[in-house]
Amino acid sequence: MIPVLFFVILVTFILMHMAPGGPWDREGRQLSPAVINNLNIKYGLDKPLWQQFWLYLWGAVHFDFGDSLQSPGQHVSTLLLESWPYTLTLGAVTFVLLVPIGIGLGVIAALRQNSWADYGALGLATVAASTPNFVVGIILIIVFSLELNKITGGNFYLPTGGLPQPYNPFQIQLIMPVITLGALPTAYIARLTRSSTLETLRQDFVRTAWAKGLRPRLVVIRHVLKNSLIPVVTALGPTFAFLVTGSFIVETVFAIPGIGRSFVTSISSRDYTMILGTTLLYAGMIALMNLIVDVLYVFIDPRVRLNS
Amino acid sequence: MATAIGVANQVDWDVPEQTGLWQDAWIRFRRNRLAVAGLAVVIILIVIAFGARLPATPGGLWKILHITGDPFSQNVVDTYAHPSLQHPLGTDILGRDQMSRIFYGASISLAIGIIVQFLVLVIGGSIGMAAGYYGGRVDNLLMRFTDIMYAFPDLLLVLVFVAAFGPSFWSIFIAIGITSWVGLARLVRGQVLSIKEKEYVEAAIMTGSSPIKLILKHLVPNSLGPVIVTLTFGIPSAIFTEAALSFLGIGIRPPEPSWGVMIEDGYSGIFADPLQVLFPAIAVALTMLSFTFIGDGLRDALDPRMRR
Repeated sequence: MIPVLFFVILVTFILMHMAPGGPWDREGRQLSPAVINNLNIKYGLDKPLWQQFWLYLWGAVHFDFGDSLQSPGQHVSTLLLESWPYTLTLGAVTFVLLVPIGIGLGVIAALRQNSWADYGALGLATVAASTPNFVVGIILIIVFSLELNKITGGNFYLPTGGLPQPYNPFQIQLIMPVITLGALPTAYIARLTRSSTLETLRQDFVRTAWAKGLRPRLVVIRHVLKNSLIPVVTALGPTFAFLVTGSFIVETVFAIPGIGRSFVTSISSRDYTMILGTTLLYAGMIALMNLIVDVLYVFIDPRVRLNS
Repeated sequence: MATAIGVANQVDWDVPEQTGLWQDAWIRFRRNRLAVAGLAVVIILIVIAFGARLPATPGGLWKILHITGDPFSQNVVDTYAHPSLQHPLGTDILGRDQMSRIFYGASISLAIGIIVQFLVLVIGGSIGMAAGYYGGRVDNLLMRFTDIMYAFPDLLLVLVFVAAFGPSFWSIFIAIGITSWVGLARLVRGQVLSIKEKEYVEAAIMTGSSPIKLILKHLVPNSLGPVIVTLTFGIPSAIFTEAALSFLGIGIRPPEPSWGVMIEDGYSGIFADPLQVLFPAIAVALTMLSFTFIGDGLRDALDPRMRR
């Protein structure tokens, strides 16, 4: 985990400083060279690059991620903590809905292989998996905000943007972003569950379970599900990380003031410390999720323990 | 020996009509109706894309044939026009003909999607092959590097990269290339490792085949199927990345009409005219879906083991 984070910082740092322009560029009238010089000194940008890198690393190890270059006097960590609740709420609600829906669809499709339910679930999953999320979001807005507004004469429609209350999972503003964000990972989980369940259904121990006259519910729950969900759990870790991090587009479409949006802004404004801080947060989340999955694995799959 | 083979050749073996690997695959591919439909859509798109670019005048062949207008010429009195004979898909906020812009955008999306795969093949293929072929320390080093790239959130790296090299076709192209090879590298490595153990490779080594010949004659043909499938699935995700970047405003720059740019333009005017965002959105989704279907078809056709 540590080497990964180190390389993430290194790569981002190099790319960032290769980018033309700097944090002090302004549209129209430029800052005077003296001011830029002072700013550079204040934020340590006058030092040689390797020294800046070293200082950043040193700070990061002590959980000091520096001040934002574009919001003077604000710590990067403060700013991230401000936008984090929005992103987290959106991601967590999506995740909580995604897991039962994705797994449910997958299991049903597998148990009723080649039935209309299977084809329906699979077709839905294929379409969802190859429709870009901004397209999903835009179509939802057109249908449920614009058209619904017209049809009901302005009495009922889904609001298009913002997230007035962070940490509140029950708000109408969450409906469309959650569907937009969740469509793809749900489809992915459903497909994965289906193929893994199909594989388990063909195993000898499942045949034995049927042969000894076990009730269908018990066969499915105790023998099939327990085994076929192992690869799904592996995928859920990165999925969660994807949800709480990979929402640049959804946050842009629905004007949610989360981390993804602030990241895109900080890239275009060359806010070096914000870029590094956000990247680090993302990479850390992903690494953490993978670690949790690895640990969980030992509990759900005894074979892993035996091997090591 | 020579005569024995000669005699054997003269024997009239009673075998069914022989079909080669590719012929066989084509027969299986044709059976998948969705895949054939996807292929048809893609061929039409390729024709459209070439027509939009080939006589290098604005609007290309389609303008000359009076099918579309000019993707760049603005007309401030005819903005947000509804679909008509003159503008089959209407006009956008600057009065530009939408259909010609969609046609032009097809060339950008297809170029990014398809050509990037060559870059992915070169990077991923050589890294995977080197790791699998040499094994040991080389393998270890390359795979750790791959792991780090894997831990890096894709869109994040692409964002930072594009920011660093400025938004242009080629920087998006390279950014997608250097972030998408990980899956392929792992696949090729796995293939090489398993093929290396096969008897016919052992036989080839024993009869003194040079490493180059070994790679070209045995490793490449035998891992070609899954590689082609992986690359095909890479196309829709590259198309998505370009559209997403352009939508976020850090991809292809206006006035160049990439689909992502058009979606961004149309989205900002969604309340004025929802159609102008809907058409490019559908174009992206349809293209991605077609490539996904082709990928599914190819997987079934080329790799019987991977068949569902």
